[in-house]
Amino acid sequence: MEWAVFLPAAALAVAGGIGVVAARQPVHSAIALLIVLASLAVTYLVLAAQFVAVLQVIIYAGAIVVLFLFVIMLLNVRSGEGPAVKLPRQAVAAAAVAAGYLAALLVAALGAARPFPAVPQGFGTAQAVGAALLAGYLLPFELAAVIMLVGIVAAVLLGRRPPAGGEGR
Amino acid sequence: MTSIPPVPLGLLAPELVVLAVAMVVLLADLWLPPARRGLLVVAAVAGAVAAAWLGLGLPDGVGFAGTYVRDGLTRAGQTLALAATALGLLVAPEYLRRGGLDRGEYYFLVLVAGLGAMLMAASRDLLLLFLALETLSVPLYVLAATGRGSVRSQEAGIKYFLLGAFASAFFLYGVALVYGTTGTTRLPEIGAAFSAQPVSASAAAGVGLLVIGLGFKAALVPFHTWAPDVYEGAPFPAAAFMSVVAKIGAFVALVRVFPMTLGALALHWSALLGALAVLTMVVGNLAALLQTSYKRMLAYSSIAHAGYLLVGVAVGTPQAVGAVITYLLVYAAMGTGAFAVAIALERGGAEADRIDDYAGLSARAPLLAVAGGLFMVSLAGLPPTGGFMAKLGVFLAAADAGLPGVILALVGFLTSVVSVYYYLRVAYVMFSPAPSAGVTPAQRSGVVHADATAIAPGSGTAGAAVRLHASPLLNLAVLVAAAAVIQTGILPSTVAALGAQVAALLR
Repeated sequence: MEWAVFLPAAALAVAGGIGVVAARQPVHSAIALLIVLASLAVTYLVLAAQFVAVLQVIIYAGAIVVLFLFVIMLLNVRSGEGPAVKLPRQAVAAAAVAAGYLAALLVAALGAARPFPAVPQGFGTAQAVGAALLAGYLLPFELAAVIMLVGIVAAVLLGRRPPAGGEGR
Repeated sequence: MTSIPPVPLGLLAPELVVLAVAMVVLLADLWLPPARRGLLVVAAVAGAVAAAWLGLGLPDGVGFAGTYVRDGLTRAGQTLALAATALGLLVAPEYLRRGGLDRGEYYFLVLVAGLGAMLMAASRDLLLLFLALETLSVPLYVLAATGRGSVRSQEAGIKYFLLGAFASAFFLYGVALVYGTTGTTRLPEIGAAFSAQPVSASAAAGVGLLVIGLGFKAALVPFHTWAPDVYEGAPFPAAAFMSVVAKIGAFVALVRVFPMTLGALALHWSALLGALAVLTMVVGNLAALLQTSYKRMLAYSSIAHAGYLLVGVAVGTPQAVGAVITYLLVYAAMGTGAFAVAIALERGGAEADRIDDYAGLSARAPLLAVAGGLFMVSLAGLPPTGGFMAKLGVFLAAADAGLPGVILALVGFLTSVVSVYYYLRVAYVMFSPAPSAGVTPAQRSGVVHADATAIAPGSGTAGAAVRLHASPLLNLAVLVAAAAVIQTGILPSTVAALGAQVAALLR
């Protein structure tokens, strides 16, 4: 039963990932990313982590991909525009490295000790996620707020009109 | 129900002081008249100094569910980060005023980057380490792009951001693999789990990815290609600050992860880090030989110094790790100092970035030239400067650690000899007579590299005279850095206490 849900979702996620990289139009890449994120949400459901799955849909599929689509629309990218630079040699090297890495990961995953440790009771529920954020990982959680503040300041600073009469560098 | 654990804010006092001062500086900028913006930098420096003083007095402790630790390494790393922050703040205002960029946001970003480096030193958990790494990096990306009038600065910012985000993704992937293998992100538990069972392939891959993420920040050689372009495009004070603070954060984290957490597995990682160190020392020093741009020369120089520092981490003995901490302190002083000398100069409204621009400095500003010469001698690692004692400390510790360490020390020594050429060339130019009018400096020296004009920003003003600007704050930064370089060279015992604290943790 688990496999019947997991395998199609996993295959769809991989296919979507390839689509993100291979698509020639930014909009298609964004839609492919949506497929990846939605399929990953399904795999979280297989792990009985409902809350994580819901967050995945709301935050990633809902907010982040919509943001991507807004940016693509605002930049008014013409359809049919391919990437400006082609790097055939780098593409071959990247494929070789990725294949090697995949092989290493498969060896590691298949060689891991069986049976896998059981998922703790209540894993991925709202209580477990809340406890992790506010008890186990309080400090990283708060630090994320500082990073977001830096992001806002950066947007204001870099979006402002350049000063007149500055150094002509 | 899980109860909320105690929140020991006292443990975080230095970080909170830095964050509070950063907020105050950001908001105060809205009300201060432009003529009084000097107060911002004074407040920011005072905050950094106060936080360092506070941090040195706090007792050891672990808090926040074991994600945060305050021990000797935290104390040393935070003192280093705050010293670099204070120096980075002091060198900025003169340059920013000249470029019309003098805003509170700049000082806010410098302070938050310093905060990130402080938290990297205190991380006892890989997730906190990741977020601290981002807190350090994101402000640095923005600082690289603050030269708003300049296309080069924006290119530097976007390049640094894209490559940095890529490196962060590697780091996060590494965290995920380590978590998948051990079931925890707390460093001591990871160390225990790794020691208990044979090292699995996924654990090794995870740790390797952590090295890539941190190696990018420290500009180790296969991951260094961003450094020259970013330093060259970034405004001078931003380049000065990022070259130092990113190294402090990355190396303190490397010490925390490798010798301190995975010390029992040294056989597995010390060869890898040693190979990276050799590559970094050789490539950094050889590439620096060819540069005509002062910033690019310093960028390769900072890569080379990352190699020397990595020798200490790869060896991993208490003595070597203590020497790394001392080295970082000396590097913070001489690295910022070398940039600060250049900030005092400008050519035709642009940065004085060609090494030839410094010709005749000794006649016009003898003290600045002496300081510049001192920083070059120290970067080259010649006595009687801190650079010599720092290198000596790392190489002696490496040589004590057996044959691989001896090889590392030997490579470090030989590449240091190479580096003397390009550092002393700058010192020589500073003390040579000024070029005669009508001849551009590049023609006069006869050293015209193919890329000389392409590299120099503002090459349209190549013939313009180099002008000298100095402000009290910039002079203070140069003075403090020079004093630190001399003091660590003549009386190294005064700073050895910081390194000794860290070494004691490993015994």
